[in-house]
This record gives sequence, structure tokens and C-alpha cells, in this order.
Amino acid sequence: MTTATQHAADTANPDQNGAAPLLEVRNLKVHFPVTKGLILQRRSGEIKAVDGVSLTVMPGETLGLVGESGSGKTTAGRAIVRLQEATAGQISLEGEDITNLSGARLRRARRKMGMVFQDPYGSLNPRMTAGSIVGEPLVIHKMHDNKRDYRQRIAELFSIVGLNPSMANRYPHEFSGGQRQRLGVARALAARPKLIVLDEPVSALDVSIQAQVINLLKELQQQFGLAYLFIAHDLSVVRHTSHRVAVMYLGKVVEIAPRDELYENPLHPYTQALLSAVPTPDPRLERERQRIVLQGDIPSPENPPTGCVFHTRCPVAAQDCSQYVPELREITPRHWVACIKTEGYGPYA
Amino acid sequence: MGRGKPHPNRQQLPHSPRLLEPLPEKPDTHDHTQQHNRTHMVSTLQSDSGHLLEVHDLQTHFTTSDGVVKAVDGVSFHLDQGEVLGLVGESGCGKSVSALSIMRLIPNPPGEIVEGKVIFEGQDLLKVSEAQMRQVRGSRISMIFQEPMTSLTPVLSIGRQLRESLELHLNMTRQQAEGRAVELLDMVGIPDAARRVTDYPHQLSGGQRQRVMIAIAMSCTPKLLIADEATTALDVTIQAQILELMKDLTQQFGTAVIIITHNLGVVARYADRVNVMYAGKIRETGRADEIYENPKHPYTVGLLSSVPRLDVPADQKLEPIRGDVPNLMDLPEGCTFRDRCDWAVDRCAEDDPPLEEVTPGHSAACWEKHRVRAHAKAAAK
Repeated sequence: MTTATQHAADTANPDQNGAAPLLEVRNLKVHFPVTKGLILQRRSGEIKAVDGVSLTVMPGETLGLVGESGSGKTTAGRAIVRLQEATAGQISLEGEDITNLSGARLRRARRKMGMVFQDPYGSLNPRMTAGSIVGEPLVIHKMHDNKRDYRQRIAELFSIVGLNPSMANRYPHEFSGGQRQRLGVARALAARPKLIVLDEPVSALDVSIQAQVINLLKELQQQFGLAYLFIAHDLSVVRHTSHRVAVMYLGKVVEIAPRDELYENPLHPYTQALLSAVPTPDPRLERERQRIVLQGDIPSPENPPTGCVFHTRCPVAAQDCSQYVPELREITPRHWVACIKTEGYGPYA
Repeated sequence: MGRGKPHPNRQQLPHSPRLLEPLPEKPDTHDHTQQHNRTHMVSTLQSDSGHLLEVHDLQTHFTTSDGVVKAVDGVSFHLDQGEVLGLVGESGCGKSVSALSIMRLIPNPPGEIVEGKVIFEGQDLLKVSEAQMRQVRGSRISMIFQEPMTSLTPVLSIGRQLRESLELHLNMTRQQAEGRAVELLDMVGIPDAARRVTDYPHQLSGGQRQRVMIAIAMSCTPKLLIADEATTALDVTIQAQILELMKDLTQQFGTAVIIITHNLGVVARYADRVNVMYAGKIRETGRADEIYENPKHPYTVGLLSSVPRLDVPADQKLEPIRGDVPNLMDLPEGCTFRDRCDWAVDRCAEDDPPLEEVTPGHSAACWEKHRVRAHAKAAAK
């Protein structure tokens, strides 16, 4: 297994087109220990939340990271902004290895990264005013000259995300869910980052508000040349926001491809099933559609299946699938798949 | 569960079966396997008007320290036997409160059904005694809730929870109920049902818990099943499994379904008819095909063009509805959607438009309904 994943890590850097990637993640692993006993805590196992993920994000690009609950997409996102220690692997931002940075150097690296969290209620401190929430990164990174400059910058950030600057003195509970998520985006933008990790930024919002936030994020990307890592479970949202999409299952990336290629020509059986499970708001279309309904549940990450992690639910699984761990391979240009049943995958052993 | 707000499901699962007067209508247990024609089903149980369920001018208000919230403000609709009705809208539109009102599960105080009729099989459920209502809940009308984590009690085995309604409503003995519980678990696709029947809810995954909820809900072959965001908390692949299961079982038993959801895709796939709710009122109602192809209320149009979907070009810009969902405590005069509407005219500020027919079976509450077009969708084609 080690040689296979190592090999995957060395080659699975899609999209190098000559330009230098903004973010490069190589063979990232995040394992959580499982302990038993109260006093003498014995390590009884490990949850491999992220198990060998390699991906790149180019400047100004949106990489969508999709998967179901427990697939490790959020943990991967948190590890990238260093909110979670990586067990193994390497994270580079603009060519600088940030995996083991600490103190002032980590703070400097974090200036280039913002994060927007899923829960618009839990991610804003209820005892801080909206203005001081948005301005906190400015204080931390000492990015303002004086009080006036600070207030001006906050007002500017409020207008950028479509909020009235006069609301800066209000508290989070006075804002609606959509407005709170705008505050979260304004905070992420404050330090003028190059990359923003968006962890399910719209899934807690009502549909009519979702579209507002999605459009805002797209406008901001164009305006400031931001790169996004867009983590979501909703495939239709990801399709509207991303340039490339990576699909995760049980801690592993099973497919990466440019958006249109992935949605029109999904190669991994899991991607195919996911796409077919998304209901479309059109009754006629829905009646004609044939669905692939996967059997069973997602296995526990504490005890993942041997071989290909998807083989227990896979409609096309063969005997070899339970023994061989498939690595990501480039099947057609820029389309990477980890499935030995894919046509053109080539020999494996 | 526990102290504080009583969990709605509590009343569906009383802890000690008590002596009750005989059931008003013994469910027919022999026609389980018959396939029913879902829409044009004639039944002897129906009321004079021929509908299984009729809701007339339902109004449910909540009194809070800040004022009265009209969560449901004059809702009328009907449902035929075997029919699937979708109740769509965003949070706070009153879709869940409508369903809880039908079940009479509104906690009072603060809530109260102040007005209206809920006629089910010819009987007004708002007039019957609590004891009679208990015979309806879980037996003639069942409900599946959103949270698979909290709608089962964690201290009883799933078999025990399944037996409860069988013993209570179908007068089964313990042995009969035990056997039936295993059959039901098997029916909803729990592998190795005979062994799993002694499991407790925490031993099951979210999807399996929702399967158990469906087994309980279908155990007395109800005439009406209310699924309140039953699959919202589940992953897409599990959601697909649960929805297909619900569809198969309700079709097999001829059960009518009210699907409450904010997901327009789920409604498109499963509903025969759709009610679109906004701020406590039904704003548009009609056959699902009609609503999606030819929406006549600006809110429906807005909803449809604001969801990202897989069947339109990926670069097509989403057209969100501007503004925010209104505060129910402080609704504007006239049409409540006016502030967010592209078609609003002066009249909208004064009079609230009534729900009026556009074409037979398709009604919308909008003064400008004949002008409203699904422009976004037309552009996509």
C-alpha cells in the first residue's frame, strides 16, 4: 500500500500547465487516535479521516471538494489552513512548506488564507460587534495605521459583501442567516488573502439566500483574483462554483477532473452514483431518469474496507477490488480516477 | 427528549398502552399487496367531497413575549387517497406547523390553532377528543420527522418501539407484535432483522434509524403519511435510498403522502401536486408538472431560478430572490412577498391577493399572475 500511495502522491498533481500552483497538498494524512479506558488510555485504533490526499489549487481557481459526511472533506480543509495538525504529508502555499510552521511564521502564512465556516450561527462570537468580528484579522496582522483607517477598512469590507456599513455596531444575533454568512466572508477577506477555504458556506442557508451568497462569492473571486477551496456535499452547488472538482470517499480522493468533464463524463462508480442521486427540479426529467441507488451505508472510517474503500457499496466491484488499493491515475488529460474498473486504467498488481 | 418542550413524537409513542374504545375503522390488513392507482382511487372511506383530507382556512398562531406570530395564516388544501402532495417553502414559511396542526401536535402554550377545519375521512380532527385523536395518530395518520437522532427514544430497543403502536392500535398480543416487528424491519430493508430487532437506536446509522421510523409509521398501514423533511439530514446516496423506500411502501399500501421539504428536486421526483408556501400562506398550488413548467407566482419563479441545478449550463448565473425572508412578527401590509418581487405593482401594497385559479387545478395568489413568466427557464432552453 505504501508504495502505491507514494506513487500516487508523486504523480497526482493535476494541472501543472507550467504555472506554479498557489496551494499544493501532497499525500496529506490526518489520523485521530481512538482510545479505550478512563485512566490508562490505551490507543485502540485510529480514525483515518484523511488518508493520503493530494491536490493543487491554482491562483484564481476554485477547486470543489465533494463528498458525503465522514468523507474527510472538512478535516482536509481544516488541515490546509492549519487548524488541524496533519499526521503526515506536506502542505505548500506559494511554494513555501507550511506544514510545520509555528508562531510568527505561521501567522504570516495564515494571512494568505481565509476560511468561511458552515454554521453562520456558531462561527461568529455573539459578544463581539459585527465590526470587531470583521476587523479582528486587521488587528491580529497589524494591518491598519490608526483607528480611522481601521474603521474605514471595515466599512469598505461591509460594502464589498453587500452589507450596510452602518450595521457595524450591531451584534451577530441581529443579523439573518444570509447576512451572517456575508459577515463570515468579510472576515475571511479582511487580511487580503489569496486563498479562501469555504467549508459548506451555503448549506445552512435557505435556497433563495444560497444563490445570493454563491453569486457574491463568484463576484469577489473575479474582483480580487481569489482562489477557493470549495467544500460542499451539494453537487449542483459545486458545479456552479468550481473550475475543477475532487470527489472524496472515506478519506481518499477517488476522482479529480475539470468541472464539465466530471459532470458529463464521470468515471468513478461513486461519482456516477452521487450524480444520479441528485434530484433535479423538473418532474418530467425526473420520471425518465434511471437512478443508481447505492446499497448500504458508508463504512466506519475506524475500520475501513480493505483494498478499494468503495468496494463494499460499488455496483461494479470485482474480486481484485477488495485486495488492491487503487491509486489516482490520469485516464484522459487532467481527468484522474482511482478505480481499476475504469477503461484505460491500465495494469495493476 | 425529556424536560422542557414536549417532543411531538412522545404522543405517538405513549409509554403504557391503555384501554381505549374500539377503533373507529379497523385498517384493512388484507389489501397490503394490492397495487393502487395513486391518483384516481375510489374509496368508501372518503368524505362527501371525495377527498381523504381537507384543510379549511387553518390558522395557527404562536404567542410570544414580542407579539403574535401567525405561523399558519389561512391555509386551505385537500388531498386524495394515495396522492402525494409536496409542501414546499423556506424556513419559517409554516409548512411544518401546518403538518403539526393536522396532527394536533402544536404545543399549547405558546401555540394555538385559532381557526379552521381539518377534515380527515369525513371527521373534523380539530373537534374530536384527545383520546380519539390518539387513535388517529400513528394508526390512520403517521408522521416521520427530520431528525433521525431524536425521534426515536434512546432508552428502548427498536423492537419495543415498533411493538408499541402494533399493540396499541392493532390489539396484537406481545408475541404477534414481536413477529410483526421483525417482518416490518425486514420490509424496510434492515439486514438480519431478527437479530437487529433488539438493537437500540444508537447502534444504527442515520439512514437505518430513518428506516425504523418508516417501519413504525407504516406499521398500522396509515391512510396518510406526513414526511417532514424526512431525508434532509441524510447524505444524498442515503436520501435516495430512503425516498425510494417510502415511495415503494406508500404505493403498495395506497397511502397518501404529504412531503414537506425545501428541496425542489425531491418534490419534482415524488409529488403529484405541489403547494408553495410563503410567510404562512399558500401562494401557489397545482400539479407538479404545471408548477415547474409554468409557474405563476413570482416566488415560485424565484425559487426555481435560484437553485443551482444539474440540467442547465454550469455558467448560467443564478438569479437569487433579493432581500431576506420576512419577519413573521412584522409582516408588510398587502402582499407579503411584495418587497422581494420583480413584478410588484401599486396594488400589491394595499390588498393581499387571494389564491385564484389560473388554469383548472392551478391557482396562484398574485395580482399579476397572468404576466408572470418563468423567464429564467425559458432562457435556459
